[in-house]
Amino acid sequence: MTTRIDTRFAELKAEGRAAFVTFVMAGDPDPATSLEIVKALPKAGADIIEIGMPFTDPMADGPSIQAAGLRALQAGMTLKKTLQLVRDFRSSDNKTPIVLMGYYNPIYIYGVDKFLPDAKAAGVDGLIIVDLPPEEDAELCLPAMKAGLNFIRLATPTTDDKRLPAVLANTSGFVYYVSITGITGSASADSSAVSAAVARIKRHTKLPVCVGFGIRTPEAAHDIAQHANGAVVGTALVDALKASLDADGKATARTVGAVADLAAALAQGVHEAKQAAE
Amino acid sequence: MTQAIPNSYRSGPDDTGHFGIFGGRFVAETLMPLILDLQKAYEDAKADPAFRKEMDGYLKAYVGRPSPLYFAERLTEHLGGAKIYLKREELNHTGSHKVNNVLGQIMVARRMGKKRIIAETGAGQHGVATATLCARFGLECIVYMGAVDVARQQPNVIRMEMLGAKVVPVQVGARTLKDAMNEALRDWVTNVHNTFYCIGTVAGPHPYPMMVRDFQSIIGDETRAQMQEIEGRLPDSLIACIGGGSNAMGLFHPFLDDPSVDIYGVEAAGHGLTNLHAASIAGGRPGVLHGNRTYLLMDEDGQIQEGHSISAGLDYPGIGPEHSWLHTIGRVKYLSATDEEALAAFQLLSKLEGIIPALEPAHALAKVSELAPKLPKDHLMVVNLSGRGDKDVPQVGDILKGRQS
Ligand SMILES: Cc1ncc(COP(=O)(O)O)c(C=O)c1O
Repeated sequence: MTTRIDTRFAELKAEGRAAFVTFVMAGDPDPATSLEIVKALPKAGADIIEIGMPFTDPMADGPSIQAAGLRALQAGMTLKKTLQLVRDFRSSDNKTPIVLMGYYNPIYIYGVDKFLPDAKAAGVDGLIIVDLPPEEDAELCLPAMKAGLNFIRLATPTTDDKRLPAVLANTSGFVYYVSITGITGSASADSSAVSAAVARIKRHTKLPVCVGFGIRTPEAAHDIAQHANGAVVGTALVDALKASLDADGKATARTVGAVADLAAALAQGVHEAKQAAE
Repeated sequence: MTQAIPNSYRSGPDDTGHFGIFGGRFVAETLMPLILDLQKAYEDAKADPAFRKEMDGYLKAYVGRPSPLYFAERLTEHLGGAKIYLKREELNHTGSHKVNNVLGQIMVARRMGKKRIIAETGAGQHGVATATLCARFGLECIVYMGAVDVARQQPNVIRMEMLGAKVVPVQVGARTLKDAMNEALRDWVTNVHNTFYCIGTVAGPHPYPMMVRDFQSIIGDETRAQMQEIEGRLPDSLIACIGGGSNAMGLFHPFLDDPSVDIYGVEAAGHGLTNLHAASIAGGRPGVLHGNRTYLLMDEDGQIQEGHSISAGLDYPGIGPEHSWLHTIGRVKYLSATDEEALAAFQLLSKLEGIIPALEPAHALAKVSELAPKLPKDHLMVVNLSGRGDKDVPQVGDILKGRQS
């Protein structure tokens, strides 16, 4: 099976450039604005879109993304509505890969058997579930693969060579290398350490490796994109969104543009990077 | 949910940390290698007689064990039924059962060479126990505590600081125990290379629920021997309050395979089960949070709801996974007590026995007041008096004063 993610990486490889991967929270600051933001991202240069599924207890996220999730929940966002958002996006874009990222409980409560076909039908291509390590593959990873969705695993600085094969075994789409030990939005990644880590992962897999956590600026994105198949930016976009809100935390006329403008600058940083030879 | 009755109720968890469908290791990849290391370190420690011997030494001379099993004569007379014994965990150093577990975990941390200890705390009892043992062994200690709990459990905050710990008030969510645990997990993910997370109850990812239970099982083991000595037989029933469920698991586990022993866990019903409460079994359903699958309070979208209880130590929207399993197979009965019932029991024990209980075990005592009068006089009931009420005196004093005026 080939997903939109596989197709996109094949195209990028042919063009010799890295993927610009964006993260935004579904329903932040409200469902309608959130859809407009997601729609604006491919135009701004996003190659892959990660959409956060809001959860009350995001144990791997820093204050910015925690707050984004709470804004979304307060605006009435649910997993059902997140799938609707993907469906709405798909009505005008059938190419840009969509990856849902979040925590397991909302999916478990929705029901794995029901969620997977619903997500596939909505146009979701992959899942990143922070609290499902390989030890829990039977829960969602294996059924997701059967349902035709990529299950994208996080590899971290603590994932040593002994453990990497287990982490990579049921991974598909791409590998998401978390460049720091920490939560989203904290320290920034050091590009020489990142390049060594990416090289290490590449010794174990043919999958593309994208790097995230700690990338905030076009320069940093450019730096990382030289060493990896993609650079993921989340917190910086969420911060730009937040800065555009009014005093009550509601969207303003600037909100969609604020996210899209930063995305465009970051995309340029990524796309100007020369890919190191594979 | 029908499940086969196992040969033993005491053999769990399996190698992957499951008690039936409950438990597991639902954590970020960053933590997974460390959790596997911890499992190995704990297994090694358990198999090492020197570890047991060292633990026993500290349990005796530092914690003050064994804790007495005390016949509560006036409470028994007042209720007019079952013969009530109190397992006096409140007499332990630091004032609660929490120290049993912390001692064990700190000794494992030392074996792993970890010098920075983090903990979450609700009532502050686990935080105080952790701060105490970190002081004793010269370790850095950081305690995460919801800002609401910092305010309502001031005496314990002051104690932790005197012991050299850093108390970090958590300002997110409802600012109680669940949020403190989230922040502790975030710290752990960030500082995984040098940090040991000392979890305060039988929750979290495997091996924590098993390890904490094992360290707390000394409560039940002692109770068994003491009851044998005093009455020459097993107790007929056991009862304990449940936040995450560690004092309860510690008392229950050694008796799970004794069918003559009835076992009751008491959750916090807060303002009542149709209102704000913290009774995850009575009002929740299975879900995944903080590293394990267990009964949780949540909405229909799987968003976790806040617990509510007068007692900061019971204010958690989940329960240890082994309890969830014991509930589904029916070995343990889970009841709940409201804030009001706990307050009444708090005052009753203080006046009748001269023992001011913590608000947490006051929930268990509240159900004793309900169960004991209906039972025969030769029924032996053991209540886990998991902690003393010093920390609650200002809060309860304010509530009672408010009522007089
Ligand atoms: C005295 C006391 N009892 C009980 C509890 C609840 O915890 P657990 O259910 O793990 O015993 C606490 C928690 O703070 C406590 O301080």
